[in-house]
Amino acid sequence: MSPRRDASEERFGWLLCTPAVLAMLLVTAYPILYALWLSLFRYDLRFPDQREYVGLANYASVLTSGVWWESLANTLIITVASVAIELVLGMLLALVMHRVLFLRRTVRASVLVPYAIITVVAALAWKFAFDPVTGFVNPWLGLEQAWLTERWSAFLVIILTEVWKTTPFMALLLLAGLTLVPQDLLDAARVDGANAAQRFFRVTLPLMRSAILVALLFRTLDAFRIFDTVFVQTRGAQGTETVSIVGYHALVTRLNLGLGSAVSVLIFICVIAIAALFVKGFRVSFAAGEES
Amino acid sequence: MRGKKQPKSLLYRWTVAALAANLLPGCSVDAPETPVLRWYVFDEPSGAFAEASRRCAEASDGAYRVELRPLPADADQQREQLVRRLAARDDDIDIIGMDVIWTAELAEARWILPWPEDQAEAAREGRIPAAVASATYQGRLWAAPFTTNTQLLWYRTDRVSRPPQTWDDMIDMAESLGEEGTIQAQGARYEGLTVFFVSLLASAGGSVLDEAGAAALQPGPVREALRLMRRLAGSPASDRGLASAREDQARLAFESGGSSFMLNYTYVWPSARSNAPAVAEHMGWARWPAVEAGRPSRVTIGGINLGVGAFSRHPDLALRAAACIASRDGQRLAAERGGLPPTTAALYDDRQVRATFPFADLLRETLNDAAQRPKTPLYNDVSLAISRTLHPLAEIDPDGDAERLRQAVGRALRSEGLL
Repeated sequence: MSPRRDASEERFGWLLCTPAVLAMLLVTAYPILYALWLSLFRYDLRFPDQREYVGLANYASVLTSGVWWESLANTLIITVASVAIELVLGMLLALVMHRVLFLRRTVRASVLVPYAIITVVAALAWKFAFDPVTGFVNPWLGLEQAWLTERWSAFLVIILTEVWKTTPFMALLLLAGLTLVPQDLLDAARVDGANAAQRFFRVTLPLMRSAILVALLFRTLDAFRIFDTVFVQTRGAQGTETVSIVGYHALVTRLNLGLGSAVSVLIFICVIAIAALFVKGFRVSFAAGEES
Repeated sequence: MRGKKQPKSLLYRWTVAALAANLLPGCSVDAPETPVLRWYVFDEPSGAFAEASRRCAEASDGAYRVELRPLPADADQQREQLVRRLAARDDDIDIIGMDVIWTAELAEARWILPWPEDQAEAAREGRIPAAVASATYQGRLWAAPFTTNTQLLWYRTDRVSRPPQTWDDMIDMAESLGEEGTIQAQGARYEGLTVFFVSLLASAGGSVLDEAGAAALQPGPVREALRLMRRLAGSPASDRGLASAREDQARLAFESGGSSFMLNYTYVWPSARSNAPAVAEHMGWARWPAVEAGRPSRVTIGGINLGVGAFSRHPDLALRAAACIASRDGQRLAAERGGLPPTTAALYDDRQVRATFPFADLLRETLNDAAQRPKTPLYNDVSLAISRTLHPLAEIDPDGDAERLRQAVGRALRSEGLL
């Protein structure tokens, strides 16, 4: 193909993308830039006349606050723990869905049920299940634990809720990756004497690498923005506050647009950083794949 | 020809008449002439608010109709919905059922209209002073006091011979009762924790803000309030779930019979009578315990005042309707059906009201000494600062936390930093 044709094709490609790009700019770029702009002001929605430019003071205020760092740590704990568990469980579910011989559609559909349930409903259901008075978890385990009143047990309930709710999503993405693994390769490995574990770790997993990374990226970004589960179950009490709840308090409860926007922008930066980390990880893995 | 045509036209006329009759109630009787006032207020389950506003609309002789716009039960969520609409200058909001803590915020933001002095005078007439104070900001009345509320001490008369006078007294009594001595209070991280702290602080002779609106938090009273919170949370007499207990958890736990003391609002009385008659039979009431013997407690006042939205299309009618709903008759309805204590002092002598609140005298006496929550447009920030600094009660360090509290409230008043 000539470079000239490439260029015109590229131009045509951009032209085709334009409507989508414009729509994206309208619904994402504008609010993001507006939040950036607002974050430079001391601006209370109740007293718009007192709005004043304060430069980066809001960022300084957020970044020197213990609340921000504590909530960031909480968010990372929830993100890492829930995504790690989801990856393992999701992989197991994907293998089951891939191998199942009968009722394949029923199995795949039923696995999706938790994902179809509204997060607030799921969070309430788990909250009730762990309630010391009305819940069934304590009698099952023979415990008398007020789960949501202590930090670590509250984290446990929040993480379990997240895992229960989003493992199906992980499993579906991984299933898509599994179906891409050519049966020939697995058969060849079997002929060469590889056992099931070796076939999985040496053949299936490396071939699924990009599917796994995509699944991890999606889930990590999603988990990092966790709001509803925590809001319903603890309202951020017991040291389980996440960055989204901190932003919500500043923006919606306190109507402090400047400070709240600064929090939103910082969350956005964190999300970009996570995405960059993964995308970089991709390139490395692609290059390695092509070399071998 | 004529004879043949007539039946047809008669039929036609009947059809038109029937159609018109069907359409009438929808368009021409109600609508454009009768202005509809929207009253945004929490969804009162007994229907007392709907009935009160219906009666006022009837008495207005077609001057207005009132439509209820229900808000969530939780005061924080009510406020969230309202402030978002008011910030967007929503002209649908005519009357607002305002929690007492919103007065300064909504007034300072000019989201509600001040009451003209003559009507304000009428609205103050015969009301409990603390209820009037809760609707007053910078010398003006911003809402008609409607219902009020405050906490009492509820205790088991079969286990305790006389109600405790002070907090230390109560914790001692509860500890000596053993398993059944539990004290039910509100220790979750929410507004109720701020209420608890403000009541203790006021009972110890302190206040959160001074006259000028700056942080007061006198060291002596603050340390005393924090000491008692810490003592309660660390005592075997406190409930295991104190760190997540709100009013309703306290009520349910008390109704299950395993507790001997409870600090809670008056709604627990009708609730216990219908849910747990065996407990209600031995349920006594007394003044909220004092912090120090000889100085009567000062308990935080709650309740709802009726304000008029600043962007209302019918502010004069809304004012009229608000005054009517908050009048004695409206209060009596809210009291008898909804169990919401009235703000007009004389109603506490009303036979029917006394039947609803057998503790009416105690309630009025408590309300006469009631404490206000900090009156600042930044109340929400201040309240968050208090409940966040003090939660969980079991980890309070009276000396260190007094200073942390002062700093947090100072930051809240300057709208600085995260809370």
